[in-house]
Amino acid sequence: MRILVLMKMAPDVVEELEIAPGGTALDLDYVRMILSESDDHALEQALLLKERHGATVTALALDAPEVDDALFTALAKGADRAVKIAGLDAGFPTSQAARAMSQAIAQVPGLSPADLILTGVQAIDDLDGLIAPMVAHALDLPYLGIVTRLSLDASGRTALATKEYPGGVRGEFEVKLPAVLGIQAAEKPPRYVPVAKVRAAMKTQKIDSAPASLPADGGCAAAQVVEMKRNEPAGHAEMLDGDPESVSDKLCGILTGHGLL
Amino acid sequence: MGACSVTLETLPRFPEGKELLTCLQCGVCSGTCPYGDVMEYPPRRMIAMMRAGLQEKVYTSDSLLACVACYACQVKCPRGIRLTEALLPLMKEQALTHLPELPGELQKALQSTLRYGNPMGEPSRKRAAWVKTAGVPIRILAEDPRPADVLWFVECYTSFYPRGQDNSRATARLFHRLGIDFAILGNEEKCAGECGRLTWEPGLFETLMDYNMAIFQKYRFDRVVTSCPHAHNAFKNRYPALGFNWGLEHTTPFLAQHLDRLKPLLTRKLNYTVTYHDSCCLGRQNEFYEPPRRLLKAIPGLKTVEMVHNRGNSICCGGGGGGMWLDTYFKAKGYERLSERRVKEAVATGADVLAVSCPYEVSRFEDALKVVGYDKRIVVRDVTELLAEAMEE
Repeated sequence: MRILVLMKMAPDVVEELEIAPGGTALDLDYVRMILSESDDHALEQALLLKERHGATVTALALDAPEVDDALFTALAKGADRAVKIAGLDAGFPTSQAARAMSQAIAQVPGLSPADLILTGVQAIDDLDGLIAPMVAHALDLPYLGIVTRLSLDASGRTALATKEYPGGVRGEFEVKLPAVLGIQAAEKPPRYVPVAKVRAAMKTQKIDSAPASLPADGGCAAAQVVEMKRNEPAGHAEMLDGDPESVSDKLCGILTGHGLL
Repeated sequence: MGACSVTLETLPRFPEGKELLTCLQCGVCSGTCPYGDVMEYPPRRMIAMMRAGLQEKVYTSDSLLACVACYACQVKCPRGIRLTEALLPLMKEQALTHLPELPGELQKALQSTLRYGNPMGEPSRKRAAWVKTAGVPIRILAEDPRPADVLWFVECYTSFYPRGQDNSRATARLFHRLGIDFAILGNEEKCAGECGRLTWEPGLFETLMDYNMAIFQKYRFDRVVTSCPHAHNAFKNRYPALGFNWGLEHTTPFLAQHLDRLKPLLTRKLNYTVTYHDSCCLGRQNEFYEPPRRLLKAIPGLKTVEMVHNRGNSICCGGGGGGMWLDTYFKAKGYERLSERRVKEAVATGADVLAVSCPYEVSRFEDALKVVGYDKRIVVRDVTELLAEAMEE
């Protein structure tokens, strides 16, 4: 069983976000990048399957600031190989990310054939969750997204996946492998790896680097961002000051004024 | 200590292991441990099991999770075994890799400390945001790198937690009025990492030490004064191995050294009855029992009373050794939180104010007071906050 986990770095919203001078993109010189949360879950799910069924897990990531930390962390957690696709322009659109990944899977020695390709179902900068279906399309593989539970049959040829629907509905799917699955959440939170292990991985293991090989036409047209701006607060909370009597009078007045009392 | 694996065979090669072999099995450690009654394997038993080759059982039980690194066992051990400082961290380091699952709250704190330099997961670029609210000028070395006498290492809770910032604002005002030549690292500062080491994570601690030492070496200053007893602990005991050779003080004893000049500034009468909580790192670890009390007694109108457990017998707030991020876990296990045990003692003194010197304690005790329903009877104040309040503009 060979499992491939596709990972990408996304803007870290804990830190401040800045919009670049052009007003159409984030300022990537300023923004800090972090491993996309659902990709971390995809990695965890892959490691759980490895522990249960025996498998090799390869983490494949697009080059970005701090991506080496994410890949060495993946190795320290138990991934067998880490590959980085280098040479993409900063701020690449989702379509290009998917093309770079599918090209790498086809061309980098040892990546294909994979029995299972797992990736996060969406990223903070890919809310439509298009990377996984686009990779599946390019590789001519089946795709299933919003997966929250995953097991394999004894032969390792079929996966049993649970997909979440709105309104608390769940669907169970039998998926013939090989397939691409978009993971929403691993069955348990991503594991902790001691920092000493990550530091040891940095000293003893390596990240393979492969150049992105994109056709000159750049592939299908990406949506153009016309404007990017911060949300502007539409209104403000009104604080009612005073003793409980006067505050309750004011509150009743406001509720009556809005026809609620 | 590193990540080397400790087994019964390799144990005697470590100084900590040799100490373990001298244990008398008297049980004072288990008796004095604030969580000794709820641990599956209290310290005495852990040591016996380690000697009997039952390491795996120790590492996979959750007993080590309940160690709040309070130094109570260490100061009372008749053999002088450095349990809190050396032995338990060595065992915790193993437990980190052997425990079936790390409690989520603790895991998040460790990951946030690595990434953002603070356990709360607050943005590292806003670490110095509180400075704008200080009301006095505060020099940030990255902006103005002239040499300073005091490098004030503010630390995490005092930078981000709103009630912790009260401590920072008070400290800034006190330093300013005393004419101390001080500066801070601002957004360049990251957690000193003491709880990283005492909380199972030597790799995290080493990463933070390397980082902070590189930042220290960029600037010129004579001494480090920190608001956090845990950071003080780290700088005093661990950083010297990496070349930390500056003077070192915690804010409270540092201010006590300036008492002659501070006293004339304390002109506002505070008619409070105050009981002082000795923090583990300042108290048992460094025996700074009198400086905070001297400061409190210098405030006009203020009376002090003592809790039953004080000085060397003080009860830990429960925040050390990772306890800060295990409250949910302890609650789920049905343990009484130590902060709740402690505030009940404080209320029993009849005091109006529970005074503290460690930034962990403000959040822990204020929360505990609400939980036990005593939040109208006593308030929690850092010693620096009381001093600043007594200082009229």
